[in-house]
Amino acid sequence: MRGRPGLVTAYQRDMAIFPTNTQRVWFAAFALVMALLTFVLSDDLALRGASAAAAAVGAIGLNLVTGWAGQISLGHAFFLGIGAYTAAALGGETGGPLIGLGLEMWIWLPAAGLVAAVAGIVVAPIATRLRGLYLAFVTLGLVFIGEHIFREWDSLTGGIGVGRSAPKPILFGYDLSREGSFLGFTLSAEQQYLLFALVVLLVMGFLAKNLVRGRVGRAFSAIRDRDVAAEIMGINLARHKLIAFAISSFYAGIAGALLWTFVGFIEPRSFSLTLSIVYIAMILIGGAASIMGSIMGAVFITFLPRIVDLLSGYVPFIEDSPTGGFLTVSQVEQILFGLLIVVFLIVEPLGLYGIWIRIRNYWKAWPFSY
Amino acid sequence: MTDRLLTVTDIRLAFAGVVALDDVGFEVNQGELFAIIGPNGAGKTSIFNCLNGVYHPQQGSITFAGHDILGMRAHRIAELGMARTFQNIELFENLTVLDNILLGRHLSFSYGPFSAAIYRGRAKREEIENRARAEDIIDFLEIQAFRKSLVGMLPYGVQKRVELGRALAMDPKLLLLDEPVAGMNLEETEDIARFILDIKEELGIAMILVEHDMGLVMDIADRVMVLDFGRKIAEGVPSVVQQDPEVIRAYLGEEFKSEELHSAEVEAAEATGGAS
Repeated sequence: MRGRPGLVTAYQRDMAIFPTNTQRVWFAAFALVMALLTFVLSDDLALRGASAAAAAVGAIGLNLVTGWAGQISLGHAFFLGIGAYTAAALGGETGGPLIGLGLEMWIWLPAAGLVAAVAGIVVAPIATRLRGLYLAFVTLGLVFIGEHIFREWDSLTGGIGVGRSAPKPILFGYDLSREGSFLGFTLSAEQQYLLFALVVLLVMGFLAKNLVRGRVGRAFSAIRDRDVAAEIMGINLARHKLIAFAISSFYAGIAGALLWTFVGFIEPRSFSLTLSIVYIAMILIGGAASIMGSIMGAVFITFLPRIVDLLSGYVPFIEDSPTGGFLTVSQVEQILFGLLIVVFLIVEPLGLYGIWIRIRNYWKAWPFSY
Repeated sequence: MTDRLLTVTDIRLAFAGVVALDDVGFEVNQGELFAIIGPNGAGKTSIFNCLNGVYHPQQGSITFAGHDILGMRAHRIAELGMARTFQNIELFENLTVLDNILLGRHLSFSYGPFSAAIYRGRAKREEIENRARAEDIIDFLEIQAFRKSLVGMLPYGVQKRVELGRALAMDPKLLLLDEPVAGMNLEETEDIARFILDIKEELGIAMILVEHDMGLVMDIADRVMVLDFGRKIAEGVPSVVQQDPEVIRAYLGEEFKSEELHSAEVEAAEATGGAS
């Protein structure tokens, strides 16, 4: 509408993900910048970026079940592990001592999600009987069961201290882990990982956004806020908790498969409680019940070691070496980690996303204060 | 009878030793405004909880719209067309008014999680259709200004209206209203009374009203049932129920007979006299 940019005349437009043209343009510009960045980033940063994007997929998954549906899950590491090992089994080298079918990425990546989703469906009935902390404890048990299986199943995982190599990321005959050229530019393996991970994140992010803005997402939020009232509205609690767990695990499976493919090596001890807590931290710091928040949290947590690394150059008592000094980098990382969770829970429950909204609202009204 | 919507026969609900409802039975007809009154703890809200499947009575039967709903899960009863508001507001406070009302329309959607993720065709069409219906309800209750506000931030009176809207959005056959005007001033009470009458006259929805505001009940109810300590003590049109001695006793207490009063005074005097 000319002269009345705030006027919306169709429900379709009012309900769109980006209701205004300004938002669309900004988003397109942002996506373009991200895509261009992949061509210029150093390998180290590109790999971290790729890991962040893959972790963001996993964080979106956890946010669906915990942020939206309100079912606290400490079992996310288990589903990440299932994804990683499904991918390794289907995409691993054939003929070796370990299970490997040598399939291509377009098969093993969705399969990793689907197998994890099935595991999620098996677990979901517990959630219909338990809530809150009790559910958290049961999902905690899941992590230990998973850890045990991953340790003992030598023909799949290689066993403790041995591990196995990750599947080869071969997409329709094109090996992402080898240097390649794209539109005349040479891309390293890490840069190709980043590009691929960004595409996956874009697709999975939009699918999740669609899910939560419609009927299913509303039902999730209703169950989180007041489950008795939700049931009286006609929402089938058992069914929606099942959907939440299945989709969440699907996202975790995809994320697990991608993350460990980028690392190149899968060690059975990786899928511990600590990993689950890292993901909880991502959604708490990023912002519960927000897709953008999940992404921000994942990026922040993945880049936190880099930030601490940078700090060690300026702060005298943080040492880069693993032994000397008052505090090592990894110690500072752990301290910051715990501190951030506490600070965000108390000061900014909406997370980084909440801070972003506040900054945005400030500039919307600028130079007026309201 | 063809216009019988709800038949409750002799339901008994007990929590361990405490009997909350003792052989209570009543009927509600199509389009009727039926009120349940009684002192605190009489079992009014317990009846609602039995009707929409939160509690399951141990005895008796409940027939709603031709279905036996005793022991049925709450979401199945909702599918049959029973909606409800709560005494202490039970809105989804982290969601907007619009989302709350759309949640009332949850059963009018038919698409599943897969079409939701794609958000094309049917999913999009259903969202738009139901949005239009939600807007009708927002207009009806005059809460347009709060459409996109988070429910938790709204004043109490508006929240009560949103809750009514959420229940109406279900297109119910029977609407259970649990103290819709509790804690409201005269003006807000009149607004709600107007909405309730509009729902009855324009939408033709049958309602069961639990309310402590006697003025409201006596003015708008077609029939009234009175409960006391889980027992039904009276039922009928408001003007008759008002005169019922049992009802007056339940609300105001027993009147001392003059002889009893006299002998009590004598006893008291003797007691004090003996002491001095």
